[in-house]
Amino acid sequence: MMKTKRLFTYAFLIIVSFVSIFPFLWMLSSSTNLSVDVTKGKLLPGSHLMDNMHNLLEKVDIVTALSNSAKVSISTTLLAMLIASLAGYGFEIYRSKAKDVVFNILLMSMMIPFAAIMIPLYRMFGSISNVIPWIGIDTLSSVVIPTVTTAFLIFFFRQSTKMFPKDLLEAGRMDGLSELGLFFRVYMPTMKTTYAAAAIITFMSSWNNYLWPLIVLQTPENQTIPLLISNLGSSYAPDYGVIMIAIVLSTLPTALVFFLMQKHFVAGMVGSVK
Amino acid sequence: MKTAAPKMTTTRLKAGMTGWLFISIAVIMIAAFYFYPMIQALILSFKTGTGSNLTFNGIDNYKRLFTDKMFITAVKNTFIYLIFQVPLMVILALFISVLLNDKNLKFKGFFRTAIFLPCITSLVAYSVVFKYLFSADGLVNSLLLNLHVIGTPIQWITDPFWAKVTIIIAITWRWTGYNMIFYLSGLQNIDSSIYEAARIDGASPIRQFFNITVPLLKPIILFTSITSTIGTLQLFDEIMNITKGGPGNATSSISQYIYNLSFKYSSDFGYAATVSYSIVIMIIILSIIQFKVAGEKK
Repeated sequence: MMKTKRLFTYAFLIIVSFVSIFPFLWMLSSSTNLSVDVTKGKLLPGSHLMDNMHNLLEKVDIVTALSNSAKVSISTTLLAMLIASLAGYGFEIYRSKAKDVVFNILLMSMMIPFAAIMIPLYRMFGSISNVIPWIGIDTLSSVVIPTVTTAFLIFFFRQSTKMFPKDLLEAGRMDGLSELGLFFRVYMPTMKTTYAAAAIITFMSSWNNYLWPLIVLQTPENQTIPLLISNLGSSYAPDYGVIMIAIVLSTLPTALVFFLMQKHFVAGMVGSVK
Repeated sequence: MKTAAPKMTTTRLKAGMTGWLFISIAVIMIAAFYFYPMIQALILSFKTGTGSNLTFNGIDNYKRLFTDKMFITAVKNTFIYLIFQVPLMVILALFISVLLNDKNLKFKGFFRTAIFLPCITSLVAYSVVFKYLFSADGLVNSLLLNLHVIGTPIQWITDPFWAKVTIIIAITWRWTGYNMIFYLSGLQNIDSSIYEAARIDGASPIRQFFNITVPLLKPIILFTSITSTIGTLQLFDEIMNITKGGPGNATSSISQYIYNLSFKYSSDFGYAATVSYSIVIMIIILSIIQFKVAGEKK
């Protein structure tokens, strides 16, 4: 009885794991095969990785797309860390009734579906275009600005700040540090793991963001990697090998971040329900 | 004492001001990029016209919703995804996390990482991969044909029924591991002595699951169902990249319809805003229901 249960558990978990990993394996293997072989159902890796890479570089400007995505994701992450941690810290350390009300109102923004605000946002950036061109439509800044501050991140930093040892602040005040000095020189270094977790989540969601860049970015020179993948995927005569190598390249940064910082990533996600 | 009092108020006042300064950037940004557009969308939803040539037309847009076949189809599709996908995923994730929570289980780390892996892919990338896996001459069909599960290839993408199934399979693949992580962390917070006591009382694993695990994980189950519901109501990337809403409008979603109204057809921003408010209203209603359902048996 015990033994069959064990067996069932392992069998089930192996199947689920296989199903989860299989698309990755297929994608990796297909990126080394020619399109014809992929359509024939060839599963094993081939020797055409470099050919596919060559064709990809010839077909689209993936280097620009990757660098655009890097610019957007890195600046979003850095700005988001600063703004959200300042706010989370501010809400938790300088508590007042009024601030709690403001905090609860901010949380309500988590319920706002992006579809509901995308048209006004598009119009807003359209009108900014006439005044300040470098943050208007079809600029990388216009991708960063509206996504940089999320109530979720503020909530996350506020929750983590509850664990922060407040005595450190008193000690810092005694040493004559200003309030902002306390934040940068005492709080930030102490909360490294919180920052790590928050940064990973922000980087991943920014790297993978699709709908807003799709609306706001219009010229090929400005497109980010999800837009490029989407365009490749909707071509009528898909070259599977080429598309798969593009998808592999687009997944590599987030996969790397995930494997290097797996622990923080999970901690970050779970931090949202604690 | 008398001299100290005013000083204390000034420091307190200063501390209060500093607090506001700390939160000010975030407050301004969220007001500007969430709440202001929300109000703009509401105003827009009472206007009509193309591009930026807009005039007020009262509640005509809202009346139009109820006779708009495309909208009704999109809502129906979205609810089909919701009704099948959310419970399927919640149950699957719960089941897996209970299995993974077993102390004596080997290769736990491997299983957890493997099942979580889909979450690191972008919605666009995995959608494109799934589109090819499930194409008529794709790998899924050839596997099923070779295993003699099916006699003729299934038209995964081009048949109205199977296209919906494909979307549901895709979302489940992408998000089950994500939800599993929440359940796993919840399970780790449950004191194992509760299970031991139940075992001594002779409770079967199934009874333990329904009488201990589910009730104790209720807040987390609620959290994951609400986030999954909100996510499904906003479904866009998969539809755009797997089926483009087709065949016909068999897989179209509300978000995709809003996108089409705004940027593909004749830029009817006013009516698109009205459709977008329908999602807002649905999210509010569904969240209230889910909170009520979960709150009742506390």
